[in-house]
Amino acid sequence: MSDPLRIGIIASRIRVEEKLLVAAFEARGIAPSLIDDDQLILSLSSQSAPLPYDLIVERSVSTSRGLYALRLLEVLGNRVINRWQTANTCADKLLTSAALHAAGVPQPELAVAFTPEAALEAIERMGYPVVLKPVIGSWGRLLARVNDRAAAEALLEHKAVLGGYQHSIFYIQPLVNKPQRDIRAFVVGDQCICAIYRYSEHWITNTARGGKAENCPVTPELGALAVRAAEAVGGGVLAVDILEDPERGFLVNEINHTMEFRNSIAPTGVDIPAHIVEYALRCASEVRA
Amino acid sequence: MNAICPECEATLTLNDVLRGEIITCPECGAELEVISIDPIQLELAPMEQEDWGE
Repeated sequence: MSDPLRIGIIASRIRVEEKLLVAAFEARGIAPSLIDDDQLILSLSSQSAPLPYDLIVERSVSTSRGLYALRLLEVLGNRVINRWQTANTCADKLLTSAALHAAGVPQPELAVAFTPEAALEAIERMGYPVVLKPVIGSWGRLLARVNDRAAAEALLEHKAVLGGYQHSIFYIQPLVNKPQRDIRAFVVGDQCICAIYRYSEHWITNTARGGKAENCPVTPELGALAVRAAEAVGGGVLAVDILEDPERGFLVNEINHTMEFRNSIAPTGVDIPAHIVEYALRCASEVRA
Repeated sequence: MNAICPECEATLTLNDVLRGEIITCPECGAELEVISIDPIQLELAPMEQEDWGE
C-alpha cells in the first residue's frame, strides 16, 4: 500500500475511549484526525465532495449530531462506522425491538402505546411490575419501574404533561427478573470479542450509573446471540446488552452504537480499541481497493 | 503545563491533554473542558444533554 490510510474521528469531547482509539490507531502507524462536532460544517450542493478520509469513525456524545453527521457523510460518499442505518436503529429502542423481532432474536416482551389511556391498558394487560423507557436515551436515564396501578397513573400523567413529544411514545416491557446483573457483549464485525457482567444492587445495572463490571465468558451460545443481534441492526462496532431471564434464557435488551468501553478492558483482558481499529482499517482498505 | 481552574482558581498541572478532553479539577471536583492547548484554556464542561449517550 502506498499512502497511509486517512482516518477521521468525529467527537464532541475527548473521553478516555477516544484517547484509547487514537492511541490504537497510532500503534498501527496511523495518525487519525479528530473532527470536533462543535465546529463541523457539512454542506450539500452540486459542488459537494466527500471529506478527505478513507473512513470516519463517529464518536459524538450527542446522538442527534452523530446520526445526522453519519447520514450526510454517507450521501457525500464517505465510508463511516457505524453506518447510519445501524446507528439510527440502535439509537431508537423501538426501532431496535422491531429489527430484533424481524430477525427472530429473543428479547423481552414489548407493548407500545401512544396515549396515557392506551398505555395504562397495555400495562394492566401485561401485569406488574413493568418498565417504561424513553425510546431515545442512554445511560439509564428516565427508566421507570412501575409496580402498581397508582404508580402507573401518576407516571403516565407526568410523562404526558412534563415530557416532550418523544415521552408520549410509551415503550412498555415487563420487568425481567434478572440476577442483579446483566451482560454487555462487544461485537466488532462478525465477532463477539468479549463480554462483561454488570452487577448492581439497583435494578438499573448501567456502569454509567455505578454498576460494577466483571468478565463474562463468551460461550458459543452467548457469542452467537450477540453476533445475531448485531447483524439484525446492520452490524458494525456494537455493544449488545443482554438480560438473563430465569425462564426464557438470554434476552437482548438493547444495542449501543457508540459504546463506552473503558471499564471493560481490564476485567476482560481484551484490547477492545485494538479490535475496533483492526476492523476500521479493514473497512478503510476496502474503500481504497 | 499549568492552567487555572475557572471554578476554584486552583493551579492545575496538565500533561498530554488533547483539545476537547474533559478533566476533573482535583481541588474542587468541577468537570472542565480543555478548549485550547496553546495557550491552554479551560472552561466548565457543558451539562449533560438529553440526547447524550452511547
